Amino acid sequence: MNRAETHPLTARLNLTDPPDLKRYEAAGGYQGLRKALKEMAPADVQQTVKNANLRGRGGAGFPTGVKWSFVPMTAPDGTPYRGHKYILCNADEMEPGTFKDRLLMEGDPHQMVEAMLVSGYAIGATRGYIFLRGEYVLSAQRLNRAIDEAKATGYLGENILGSGWGMTLAVHTGAGRYICGEETALINSLEGKRANPRTKPPFPQAAGLWGKPTVVNNVETLCCVPHIVVNGADWFKSLSQGKSTDGGTKLYGVSGRARRSGCWELPIGTTAREIIEEHAGGMADGLKLKCWLPGGASTDFLLPKHLDLAMDFDTIGQHGSRMGTGLITVVDDKASLLGMLYNLELFFTRESCGWCTPCRDGLPWTARILKALEQGRGQPGDIEILEQMTRDLGPGRTFCAHAPGAMEPLQSALKYFRDEFERGIALPPRRQAA
Amino acid sequence: MTEPAIKLADLPKAAPFELHPDDRIAIEHEIAHYDHPRAAVIEALKIVQTRHGWVPDAAIPAIAGVLRIGSAEVEEVATFYNLIFRQPVGRHVIKLCDSMSCYLTGYDDVAAAVKRKLGIDFGQTTTDGRFTLLPICCLGACDKGPVMMIDDDTHGQLMPHALDDILEAYR
Amino acid sequence: MAKIYVDGRPYEVHDGDNLLHACLSKKLDLPYFCWHPAMGSVGACRQCAVKQFKDENDTHGKIVMSCMTPAADGTRISIDDPEARAFRAGVIEWLMINHPHDCPVCEEGGHCHLQDMTVMTGHARRRYRFTKRTHLNQELGPFIAHEMNRCIACYRCVRFYRDYADGQDLGVFGAHDNVYFGRECDGVLENEFSGNLTEVCPTGVFTDKTHSRRYTRKWDMQFAPSICAHCSLGCNVSPGERYGEIRRVENRYNSHVNHYFLCDRGRFGYGFVNRGDRPRRARLRLERELAEVDTEHALAHLGGLLRGARRVLGIGSPRASVESNFALRTLVGADNFFDGHAPPETELVKLAREILSTTTAELATLRGLETADAALVLGEDLTQTAPRAALALRQAAKGVGGKLAAALKVPEWQAESVKDLRQQSLYPVFLTAIDATRLDDVARHHLRAAPEQQAAFAMAVAQAIDPAAPPPPALDADTRGVAAEAAAALLAAERPLIVAGTSLGSAALLNATANLTTALSARGRKPLLFLALPEANSLGLSLFSAPPLTDALQLAADGQADVLLVLENDLYRRASPALVDAALTKTRLVVIDHQLTATAKRAEVLLPAATVFEGDGIFVNNESRAQRHYQVFQPDFYRSEVQIAEAWRWLDRICHAWRGDCCGWEFLDQVTAACAKALPQFARITEAAPSARFRIKGLKLARAPARYSGRTAMRANLSVHEPRAPQDPDSPLAFSMEGYAAPDEPGPLVPFAWAPGWDSPQAWNKFQDEVGGKLRGGDPGLRLIDARPQSGYRAVDCAAPAADGLRVVALHHIFGDEELSALAAPVSARTPAPYLALATADARRLGLAAGDIVDLAVDGTRLRLTLKLSPQLAPGCIGVPLALLGLPVLQTVVAGDIRKVAAA
Ligand SMILES: Cc1cc2nc3c(=O)[nH]c(=O)nc-3n(C[C@H](O)[C@H](O)[C@H](O)COP(=O)(O)O)c2cc1C
Ligand code: SF4
Ligand code: FES
Repeated sequence: MNRAETHPLTARLNLTDPPDLKRYEAAGGYQGLRKALKEMAPADVQQTVKNANLRGRGGAGFPTGVKWSFVPMTAPDGTPYRGHKYILCNADEMEPGTFKDRLLMEGDPHQMVEAMLVSGYAIGATRGYIFLRGEYVLSAQRLNRAIDEAKATGYLGENILGSGWGMTLAVHTGAGRYICGEETALINSLEGKRANPRTKPPFPQAAGLWGKPTVVNNVETLCCVPHIVVNGADWFKSLSQGKSTDGGTKLYGVSGRARRSGCWELPIGTTAREIIEEHAGGMADGLKLKCWLPGGASTDFLLPKHLDLAMDFDTIGQHGSRMGTGLITVVDDKASLLGMLYNLELFFTRESCGWCTPCRDGLPWTARILKALEQGRGQPGDIEILEQMTRDLGPGRTFCAHAPGAMEPLQSALKYFRDEFERGIALPPRRQAA
Repeated sequence: MTEPAIKLADLPKAAPFELHPDDRIAIEHEIAHYDHPRAAVIEALKIVQTRHGWVPDAAIPAIAGVLRIGSAEVEEVATFYNLIFRQPVGRHVIKLCDSMSCYLTGYDDVAAAVKRKLGIDFGQTTTDGRFTLLPICCLGACDKGPVMMIDDDTHGQLMPHALDDILEAYR
Repeated sequence: MAKIYVDGRPYEVHDGDNLLHACLSKKLDLPYFCWHPAMGSVGACRQCAVKQFKDENDTHGKIVMSCMTPAADGTRISIDDPEARAFRAGVIEWLMINHPHDCPVCEEGGHCHLQDMTVMTGHARRRYRFTKRTHLNQELGPFIAHEMNRCIACYRCVRFYRDYADGQDLGVFGAHDNVYFGRECDGVLENEFSGNLTEVCPTGVFTDKTHSRRYTRKWDMQFAPSICAHCSLGCNVSPGERYGEIRRVENRYNSHVNHYFLCDRGRFGYGFVNRGDRPRRARLRLERELAEVDTEHALAHLGGLLRGARRVLGIGSPRASVESNFALRTLVGADNFFDGHAPPETELVKLAREILSTTTAELATLRGLETADAALVLGEDLTQTAPRAALALRQAAKGVGGKLAAALKVPEWQAESVKDLRQQSLYPVFLTAIDATRLDDVARHHLRAAPEQQAAFAMAVAQAIDPAAPPPPALDADTRGVAAEAAAALLAAERPLIVAGTSLGSAALLNATANLTTALSARGRKPLLFLALPEANSLGLSLFSAPPLTDALQLAADGQADVLLVLENDLYRRASPALVDAALTKTRLVVIDHQLTATAKRAEVLLPAATVFEGDGIFVNNESRAQRHYQVFQPDFYRSEVQIAEAWRWLDRICHAWRGDCCGWEFLDQVTAACAKALPQFARITEAAPSARFRIKGLKLARAPARYSGRTAMRANLSVHEPRAPQDPDSPLAFSMEGYAAPDEPGPLVPFAWAPGWDSPQAWNKFQDEVGGKLRGGDPGLRLIDARPQSGYRAVDCAAPAADGLRVVALHHIFGDEELSALAAPVSARTPAPYLALATADARRLGLAAGDIVDLAVDGTRLRLTLKLSPQLAPGCIGVPLALLGLPVLQTVVAGDIRKVAAA
C-alpha cells in the first residue's frame, strides 16, 4: 500500500510548499469530487460516509453520516428543497493543546476545498464557509489561493463539472473567541453577532445559518470525506487496523514536556503509550509522566496507568475521560498541577461568552480559588466549593458544553490528586498573604 | 413643589471619523460574500483596524452605516472578540500564548523575560510605540511551546535568552 | 391540555407551554430571571431549574431549565427536589457575586425581583471572598438612571429594548464576566418605550429617574388603579403617591390593553399633577387679578353670576371624565352643552364613532393588534400619536417568527430560536404617512403623500380587494402597484388589520378606511379595525353627540350667551385665538381645570379640578372601552387649604349655588348611574367597575401595601394628632394599608401588584388566571360599542382642499404633543423645539434653506419657525407640529404664504 492509502490526510501534506492545484490533481486530488458528482447521488455520498463510520473529529465524535441525514433534502410537500443550505467548516481550532486542523489547512489547502465540495454536495448545500480562527493567517492565505484556483478551474461556482449542482465557498476569519468553536455559537458569529450559543433543538441541520439548514463539521472530519468517496467505506474502516471499531486514521499529537512533541496521522485506536513513547519519544530528560489529557483542555485527566488504552471515542469515554481532539497533553512530575488547573480555568473564564450564569460567574470564582490554593492561601471549604462547581457547571446545567468542558480537568484532578488541593489550604497558624 | 426644569446634559461628542474610501469598497466587497451585510462586521472591523492599528469609537457608527445595522450592534461585536483592539496599540502587537501547553513548557519565564525587556506589562505599549504586549489563547502550535505571534508571524520554542533576535526584526 | 405532575401533584396545563410558565400559572413559586411572560424563554440565567423525571419509576431524574422545557401529558417534575434546590441556590449565589448589595440606597429596593428571588431561593450567606468587578455608569437622559454594578446579566434589557421594541441604541458589550448593558456612549435612550426597562430589569440597573427626584419605597406609596390620560389608548397604570405628590407611574396589567408595557409619555408624563403653579384653591377675579378665595366665597359669587345669566353655555372636554362631562351637560342643559374638541376633531371623532358602530370588522383591542398577520396603517404616525399601538404593531409584524417556528415544531416561547428563524422576515405591513415614521423599519412599503392622496391609495387598495368598492381617483402606476400588493397581502392574511386615526384631520382617510374593511368583509375576510383618536376620553365625550365648541364661541361672540362654563379645557388649543377672544370679551368665563392654561388665566372664576390621579371617573378609550380611574390620594390631606375636587363635584356644588336645588350627587356612583339612565349609549357604563358598595369579606380594598410605614408621623409637622384616614365615598378602596389586598381583587380594582414573596412587578403572575392571560378578578373595562354591522360603502371625498400653493399638515411628537404630559419637566426636556418642515424640492423652489427663519399664518395665527428640510415629507405639504405649538389639528390651506424672515 502506498502512503496515500494508509495516510490519506497527510500523504500530500507539505507545510513549506503546499501542493497547488496541478500538484494536488496529479496526486489524485479532486477525484473524490469527480466521483461523487458523476457517479453518486447526494444520498449515496451520505450513505457511504455513514457506512464508513466516520465520527466527528471536532471532539464529540458524533457520526458524520447520521448528522447529515437530518438535513432536509426535500421541502415539506415532497418537492425538491428550494433555497439555501450551508456547509460550514469548523476551523476555529482554539482548544488548548490542539494543533491538527492548522496542519491540514496550511499543508494541503486543496484537500480542504475538495472536502467542502464533496460534503456540500452530499447535503445539497449551495454555500460553504470555512470559519477560520483569525490567528491562522497563513491558512487563510493558502485556502484563499486554493479557492481562487478551484474557481478558475470550475470546481467552484455554478454547475460544477456539468453536474447541475453549484456551490460557493468563502473563508470567514474570526476575531478570536474559543466559544466560536461551539457549532451554534459559530453560526451566530458567522452571522455577525456575538458568539453566544443557540438552543438545540432546533438543530443546525434544520435551522442554522440565517435560519436555514446547515451542517457544521470539523476540518479533519471533512478532510476524510473525499478519501472515503474515492476508496470506499470498507477501505476507510480498515484503516484503523482493527485497533478500534471506529473507521479511519486520526491526527494524534503530543504537547507538553515530551521529547519530540508533534502531530502524526495514525490508525484510529492507536494507544496513548505508542503515541507518547514511540512517536513523541517519551518524556523529556529527567521528567516523569504524572498525568495526561487525552484530547485538549476540556477532557479529564488520565494517569500513566491508562496509557495502554486505545485512543478512540468509546474506549477513552469508558475510562472517565473523552478522546476529544486526540491531541495529548502530557503533564510532568515537576509541573504544578494547581498552577496548570488555574491556567486552564482562567482560560475557560476568559473565553466564556457570558450568556449563562454558571459559566459566566462560576468559572471566575473557580479560577480564583485555584489560584489561592496554588499560593497556599486556600480556606477550609474551598475544596467543597470546587466540588460543587464540578456538579453545578456540569452538562445540562449550563447553556452549552463550554463550562462542562471546563469542569472535566478539574473534576478528574480532584479525583486523582485531592491531596494537592488540601495542601493549598492555609492552616490557621500560617499568616494569610494579602 | 414646582417641577424644576430638566436640561439634557451636554454629552461629549466622539471625534469625527471618516471611513477611507478604499475601506468602504473593501467592506462592500466582503458584504457580497453573505446573505446579510451584518455578517461582514468582523471583516469590516478588521479592515478599519488594518488601516488605523485599532478601531476608534467613532469608527463604529461609520461601519454600522455601511452594514446598514445599528451602531450598538457593531459595538456589541467589536467588544466581544479578542482580536479587535479598542485602544491604540503599538506598531507591532505581540500576542503571547498563555494557554496550557505553553504554560507547561516555560511560558512563565518567557513572559517575565518579554515584560522585562520591553518594560511593560500585558495590555501595555512601550513608550516608543513600538510594541504592545497581549496575552492570547492557545495558538494551535502547542508542539512548539512556548509560542507567540508578532503581528502575523508565529514564533515557537521561545527561550528567554533568545528573545532579542526575534524582537530585533520588528522596528 | 396536558396533565403534568409537580412534586407528585397533578395539574392541568396547556400542552406545549414551557414548564416555568405552567408552574407560575398554577401559582407555584419558582424563581427565574431571564424569562419574561411577554418575551419568552432564552435559558440564560439557569435560575428556574427543576428536576425532571422520565416516569413514575424514575427516582434519579435530571436537572432541566423549566423555562426551556415544554409541558407534555405525563411530564413529571419536582421543584422541591433537594438537588434542584441546591442548584438554584448555587445560581443565585453566582448572580450575587458581583452584586453590590446596596439595597438600602438602591431605588429598586422593595419592588426588586432580585430581592424576591434571593429570599425565595434562601441565599443568605456570602462565600465568595474575592474582589467584585465594577463598572462605570452612563448618563441616559431624563427618564432612566443607570447603575451597572447591580447588573446580574439576565439579558432582559437588551431583549426588551432591541428584540421587542426594536430600539437601536442599547446593547450588551464585552464578554465573559465583564458584560456591560448600556449605550455605546453616554446619551439619551431614544426608544419611546425605554421606561419599560425599569420594570423589565429585575434589579436596580435601570431605574426611573423621574421617581428618583422624589423617591419613595414601593411599600410606602399609596396607589390606585388608574388610566393613562395621555392618549386615546387608555393604558392601565398604577400611580404611586406619597405626601400628596405622584411619585411614579407603573404599568398596571390589562390583558386586552397594555399588557405588560407602557410608552414613555404615559410613564413619565405625570409631573403635571405635581406642578407648583397649578390652581389648588378657587380663584376669583378681583380688580384685575385672579385671587385665591374660600370655596363658599367663590360659589356664592358664581351663584349670583349664573342666576343673573340669560344663557349659560357649557364646553366639555376630551380630557375630563364621562361623569364630569355629564355633570356639565346636566347643569347647563343638553342644548347648551358643546363638544370640547377642536371642531374638525369633533367631526372626525364622530365619524370614527360611526364607523366603529357600523363596521363589519372586528374592533381590535390594543393587544389584539399583535395577532394581525398583515396590516395597513393609514396616515397615523402611531409611535407619536398612539405610541403603545406602535409597539403592538411591531409584535404583529414579527409574528411571522411564530409561524416559521411552528413549521419546525419549535415552540413560540423559544425566543432566540424564533428570532434566528425569522431573521429579517416580517409579516407584511404597509404604511402611508406624511413624513418618515418610526415604524418604517417594519414596513414593506411606505407611501408619503398628502392625506387625500393617502385616502385615494386606500380606495385603490379597497377596489383591488373588491371591484365593487368606489373607484379611486387616478393614481400613478407605482402607487397602483403598491395598492395591488397591499390588497393581495391583506387578502392572503388570516387576520388582516387596518389602522387609521384622526391625527391628520382627514375625513376622507377615515371613510376610505371604513371602505377597506367593508371590501375585506365582502371578500369573506374578517378584518381587524383600529382607530386612534385624539385624546384620553375623546370617544367618551363624542358619545354625548354635542355640537362643536365653535358653535358656542360663535353664540357667545354674537352676544347670545352671557356665561361660558369651561370644563378642563383650554379653548386656545381648540379654536382660533380671534374667535376665542371674541367670545370671551362678550361673556363671563368660569373655568374648572387643574392647570393654569391660557383660558384659565382669563377666567372670572377658576375652580381647581382634580387631575385623573386625584379623582374618580370613567374614560372611554379608542376601542370604546369604558375604564374607571380611581383617586390615588386626597389632595387636601396634607394641606387643608387645598380645595381640589373632581369637576363633577364642583358642578354639583355650582348647581346648588345656582339653583338652590340640585342633583344632590354625593358620590360618583350616583353620577354614573344618572348618566347611564339618561343616555342609552351609556346604559352599560355602570358595569365598567364595581360600585362603591363593593366589599370583599366585608372589607374595603387597601390602597397601600401592608408594610406602609410612617403613617402616624407623616402629618406630624401639621399636628401630632393623627387624623382619621380620609374616607372615600366614591369607591370600594380605602385610603390605607388596612383592607383587603390579594390577587383576586376585581381587575378594575387592583391598585398595585404585590403578593407574598413577590414585591416586584413580576407579582402580576399571581393576579392572572394564567400567566399572560386575564386577571383573576376579570380584566378591567367594558366596551360600550357593539358594532351593528352595516355593509355598504361610504362616499370618499378625495379632493384636496382648494389651494394653489402648499398646505399645512400636522406632524406629531410623542413628547410635547399632548397638553398634560408636556407640562412634566422630564417630558419637556425631550420635546423638540417647534419647527416647520418642507420637502427638499419644495424648499428649493421657494428659495428656502434649512435653518431659515420663516413666517407663516395658520388659521389666523402667525407663526415664526425654523425651517427643517425633510427628505421624505410628502411634496406640496408644509409640516408643522401643530400640537407642539398648542394649535389644534386644522385644515387650513396656505397658498404661497410662507415668508423668509431671516436666513440660516
Ligand atoms: C466550547 C466549545 C468549543 C469547541 N471548539 C471547537 C473547535 O474549535 N473546533 C471544532 O471542530 N469543534 C469545536 N467544538 C465542537 C463543535 O461544537 C462541533 O461539535 C464540531 O464542530 C462538530 O464537528 P464534527 O462533528 O466534525 O466533530 C467545540 C465545542 C464546544 C462546546
Ligand atoms: S456555558 Fe453558558 S456562558 Fe459558558 S460559553 Fe456556554 S452559553 Fe456561554
Ligand atoms: S428563567 Fe429559565 S433560564 Fe432564566
